[in-house]
Amino acid sequence: MSTIDKTLFNAVETELLRFTTAGSVDDGKSTLIGRLLVDTKGVFEDQLDAAKSVEDKKGAKGAHLALLTDGLQAEREQGITIDVAYRYFATPKRKFIIADTPGHEQYTRNMVTGASTANLAIILIDARKGVLTQSRRHAYISRLLGIPHLVVAINKMDLVDYSEEVYDKIRQDFTDFHGKLSIPGGDITFIPISALEGDMVVERGSNMPWYEGPTLLEKLESAPVEGKINAEDFRFPVQYVSRPQTEELHDFRGYMGRIESGSVKVGDAITVLPSGLTSKIKEIVTWEGNLKEAWAPMSVTLTLADERDISRGDMIVHTDNQPRVEKEITTMICWMHETPLQPGKKYLIKHATNTVKAMVTSLVERVDVNTLEHIAAPAELKMNEIGKVSLKLLKPIACDAYADNRATGGFIVIDDFTNMTVGAGMIQ
Amino acid sequence: MTTKKTLTHLQTLEAESIHIMREVVAEFRNPVMLYSIGKDSSVMLHLARKAFAPGPLPFSLLHVDTGYKFKEMYEFRDWYAKEIGAKLIVHRNEEAIAQGAHPLKLGVARCCGALKTKALLDALEAGGYDAAMGGARRDEERSRAKERIFSFRDEFGQWDPKSQRPELWDLYNCRVHEGESIRVFPISNWTEMDIWQYIKLENIPIVPLYYAKERPMVKRGNMLIPGDDPANLKEGEVAENVMCRFRTLGCSPCTGAVYSDATTIEEIVAESAIATRSERETRIIDHGSNSMEDKKKEGYF
Repeated sequence: MSTIDKTLFNAVETELLRFTTAGSVDDGKSTLIGRLLVDTKGVFEDQLDAAKSVEDKKGAKGAHLALLTDGLQAEREQGITIDVAYRYFATPKRKFIIADTPGHEQYTRNMVTGASTANLAIILIDARKGVLTQSRRHAYISRLLGIPHLVVAINKMDLVDYSEEVYDKIRQDFTDFHGKLSIPGGDITFIPISALEGDMVVERGSNMPWYEGPTLLEKLESAPVEGKINAEDFRFPVQYVSRPQTEELHDFRGYMGRIESGSVKVGDAITVLPSGLTSKIKEIVTWEGNLKEAWAPMSVTLTLADERDISRGDMIVHTDNQPRVEKEITTMICWMHETPLQPGKKYLIKHATNTVKAMVTSLVERVDVNTLEHIAAPAELKMNEIGKVSLKLLKPIACDAYADNRATGGFIVIDDFTNMTVGAGMIQ
Repeated sequence: MTTKKTLTHLQTLEAESIHIMREVVAEFRNPVMLYSIGKDSSVMLHLARKAFAPGPLPFSLLHVDTGYKFKEMYEFRDWYAKEIGAKLIVHRNEEAIAQGAHPLKLGVARCCGALKTKALLDALEAGGYDAAMGGARRDEERSRAKERIFSFRDEFGQWDPKSQRPELWDLYNCRVHEGESIRVFPISNWTEMDIWQYIKLENIPIVPLYYAKERPMVKRGNMLIPGDDPANLKEGEVAENVMCRFRTLGCSPCTGAVYSDATTIEEIVAESAIATRSERETRIIDHGSNSMEDKKKEGYF
């Protein structure tokens, strides 16, 4: 116990980066994640031993890296990933949450799910195969979901003799089509790696002296973590109204929720939407005591200077910075269920803390996620398809365009008969 | 220009957990919090108190008791629930306990099935709860890594890992039909290290068994099993005093300790930081032929 790395104690001061990984079946994604976990000591010896004992039986080199991340029995039997899994590791600089999503065509919905909470996406490309249809799909979905930082990891460099020419060619091909997808504040980094041998993942290795950019881990440790949060526009969906009615808190009425974007100070002039009632922030209450100022993504309790009729589903915003309040919205939707979305159908949408009935008034177009072609007025949207849809809502909601604000522009679609989550929407 | 406003990773996790618990209370008719007395439960409960301050906890705590928990756990449970003014419900499968269910007699899988899984399902049904919050973490075990934060259970309390509801952003689908329920895991995204750092940072009380001291133990394979109760010993096993502590707490016959000199929370954090074996390694339940995935499908927590 005498020689403990002091940096580990300082870890309470570190930031949290959430990222997602997308790759096709044989791109080596599980191997890469295994490599990151092993080389950053994010995996314990007994877990590694268990994976290695399976590898010994199968005899494939490096297979234990992939086995570390296989979760369910069906996946281990079939050697594939069928659902989103979450992994965790830390370095002295940062903590990381990986949303590990499978890349096959039929699992667009899983990639959308993983991308929804990520601030960075790693898109894996097999150096031998170059930019494929699915690489385009992965880039499109990452940008559609508003992920600002893309890392294109060109994997299996060991199988192309660590060739700089191969790297350059793929980089150029990817850049050519990616031009159409660029988003404000977005960036893209190309890194040649060998997940199997470890080059340029955590260690630089000695096989690619021609590459001078960051290793994958260096990139993960330096990408801004707050990129996915809108820092300007204060949005506070009311989750729960606290009225303890105890003796000492007889008249307390607090609005509990999470600051989804921006920040708020005591005394700020606010408006409650959709009603339009106005007041001022009286207190920002937390367990630790009242704050003068709070910001996203903090969970706090607000009290107001005036008694107002406010309930769950309302949104508190700055009077001088308000979102749209709309009953008719145009939105991109990724469909996630076997029963297709069709014009005229009714669903529920959950947007912020509101659950509202919605009717599909028209299906404007479908985007072919492989070619990025737009197909006008399709009859329906099938599972794993993405399209532009017009919705009419029973009640107005306070919302922003998803591109400006992920928290107030995203919603889920729920089938009100089966209660299944059947789609994900991004308001335009 | 505004100054940079960021949160540390623990503040980020805390804000997420509070958001989740408020969502549960706002959306469900009759939620309950599963309380297992362990360190993860302690953190979850602390977060719940923060979430609803200055008001009281808007739900009860439910302890599914097997009767085989450590004495220190019962003492801690009763003291702490009283200390914070929480309403505590204890449920036991009295029938199985009366029949003498014990892991050495029934085998671990059957014993767990009766005293934990069945007891939990019965308790949830008896209480009519439509949501049960639990302190499981995704980094604990590989099938847990795939579970949603809001995890749907059918009317039999079963989990179907292949048809889980997609979970996007922080928008949780809380809708269930009569008889169905949701298990909610507010600390899904916390790691063991986060838990210990947070306990230290927030001075959260924990059961003394987590701290090292000399305890009578028997060595079974590479495990240290509590040796103070003769009923837990196999033939020929003799207890001896060992300086050790528990990284996780379950039932005394089935929970191993690790060699340790860590007597303070700082030393535990330091030890966790350099630990090379996973905490679940000391839990016998994880290593039978019946995997965690199988048990979870049947309704195990």
